[in-house]
Amino acid sequence: MNWESVWAIARKDVSVALRTRAVVLPLVIVPLILMVGIPVLVGLISGMAARMDVASVNLDELTRPLPSGFGAEYAGLSDPQVGYIYFVVYLFAPMYLILPLMASAVVAADSFAGEKERKTLESLAYTPTTDRELLFAKILGAWIPGAMVGFGGFIVYSIVANVMTYYVAERIVLPNALWLLLAFWVGPAAAAFGLGVTVIASSRVNTFQEAYQIGSLVVLPLVLLVIGQAAGAFILSIWLVVLLGLALWVLDVVVFVLAAASFRRTTLMARL
Amino acid sequence: MGAASNTVITTERLTRVFGGTTAVNDLSLTIEAGEVFGFLGHNGAGKTTTVRMLNGVIAPTAGAARVFGLNPATDGHRVRARTGVLTETPALDSRLTAFDTLRYFAEIYNVPKQVRKRRIDELLDFFALSNRADSKVGGFSKGMRQRLALARTLIHDPDIIFLDEPTSGLDPVAIRDVHQMIEHLSHRGRTVFLCTHNLAEAERLCDRIAVLAHGKLLAIGDIQLLGSHLNRSHTISVEVDVNDLPRALHLFAQTPPVARAEATTDRASARNGGVLITLHGVGRRDVPKVMEAAMHNGLNLYRIQPEEPSLEDVYFALQEL
Ligand SMILES: Nc1ncnc2c1ncn2[C@@H]1O[C@H](COP(=O)(O)OP(=O)(O)OP(=O)(O)O)[C@@H](O)[C@H]1O
Ligand SMILES: [Mg+2]
Repeated sequence: MNWESVWAIARKDVSVALRTRAVVLPLVIVPLILMVGIPVLVGLISGMAARMDVASVNLDELTRPLPSGFGAEYAGLSDPQVGYIYFVVYLFAPMYLILPLMASAVVAADSFAGEKERKTLESLAYTPTTDRELLFAKILGAWIPGAMVGFGGFIVYSIVANVMTYYVAERIVLPNALWLLLAFWVGPAAAAFGLGVTVIASSRVNTFQEAYQIGSLVVLPLVLLVIGQAAGAFILSIWLVVLLGLALWVLDVVVFVLAAASFRRTTLMARL
Repeated sequence: MGAASNTVITTERLTRVFGGTTAVNDLSLTIEAGEVFGFLGHNGAGKTTTVRMLNGVIAPTAGAARVFGLNPATDGHRVRARTGVLTETPALDSRLTAFDTLRYFAEIYNVPKQVRKRRIDELLDFFALSNRADSKVGGFSKGMRQRLALARTLIHDPDIIFLDEPTSGLDPVAIRDVHQMIEHLSHRGRTVFLCTHNLAEAERLCDRIAVLAHGKLLAIGDIQLLGSHLNRSHTISVEVDVNDLPRALHLFAQTPPVARAEATTDRASARNGGVLITLHGVGRRDVPKVMEAAMHNGLNLYRIQPEEPSLEDVYFALQEL
């Protein structure tokens, strides 16, 4: 592996993606809505409910299958307060994974399909990189921003969540083991998954928009996680998160093997 | 194959089929180190496809190629480390500056860190882009993009330089600069593979040329060898009075070695009551014969001018063989 070439390509992909509006916009707006907007909004409502001492029926239902030890830890808090903490720590956890997934997908769409769209693929094809190096560089160039947006989102969320849980229940809840695992074990795997799917999609489409749209479909399973948890089907325990990460990493290997098998510059060039 | 020590490119029955079109058909040729090799062909003749196969970015359907003794289809990255390709379209990222573009490729090509900056500055200087080094490529004119793409092609000082129609769309000054650069590369012992459909350009710059039509090699040889065909493939423009047109056409068609005589639209002549006739299959050496035929038959000539042969004329001449 020629690391100098690989790094050069990856670095360039990251730096130009971050200068492209179509890429930066979702990278900023989605985390802002998810990691700031929604928790603050729900926190304000919960805080008011807690202060007015009206237990919302909805929250009461949501909090029924409480994680073990949860009740003891937060004994003495009202329903809206426990409900909000549950929302911040557990219910919202799958939503967080949208960040690395979406971020790496959008950068991958820009660097694979966008490269075709801007007709810059040809000059890259003529470089002495091997197919494997080229693919690896492109993957790295999308994975790094994906993982970074994940880490950044985690930090921002930790601050926002703590401020809001303090406002609602005078408690500080993050970071905890569950979220550290989410951010450093599951998040990077999700980033890899989002870009892997986009890479495969990119070989079949010709524009950034098309690739991004197909790549974005991978957030749908996360919605199932959110709904499943909200409906009380399961609770994200530490072990479940470890397993989720493991499953994603395994899936990543499968996706990348598929991508590597289909990534040939000779095929890409013949389709130009 | 590869017996001669300084053969850098050989192809043997190289063929590429796309669906129903045979882009390159049974192409066999040999190129020596240090040659400026002209690869001539009309639109769609298969020039770009050949360059792609020689660099291992497109796989041949049949036949084989060797570049530096390596098979580009399997050892493409080793071949590409020593070749530079100016693609037909500059293929530049408009979001990068000129300097960053060159630095990006210098890194990919592993140009040593100590010489990188100097090499980039030299190239920017050579291609008169120094004062725009920090401007985004998106704001560059076509000529500037082409010059930057040329600089990129040379960033790793390749042994073989493939130039795919390097002057198409450039103004005369830029064309002259590109020609000078090709001569400069040639003096430094580099091999240049020049794709063009401009015969005059090939004649001027190349040691040998190959003529390609519909993927097939029509002729290959040095300029001298092709010279006789090329001479025959020149045209001569003759201006006669519009009233003499039928008679003139008939007369010239009967004058050897004229292959064909046809009237050509020319507003400048028409405004003066004249008409331009193009005589095919004749060169400047045939001018006296044409004049003599006209005088002999009392035909007034307003103007007679040998023209640079077009590629079409060469095809015509070669197909006559
Ligand atoms: N990737 C491709 N898919 C399908 N057909 C192709 C492809 N590349 C080239 N062709 C066809 O192969 C033929 C040769 O094309 P090529 O681009 O090699 O010609 P060229 O000599 O470079 O022409 P030009 O002067 O227009 O650049 C053309 O008929 C072209 O349409
Ligand atoms: Mg071409």
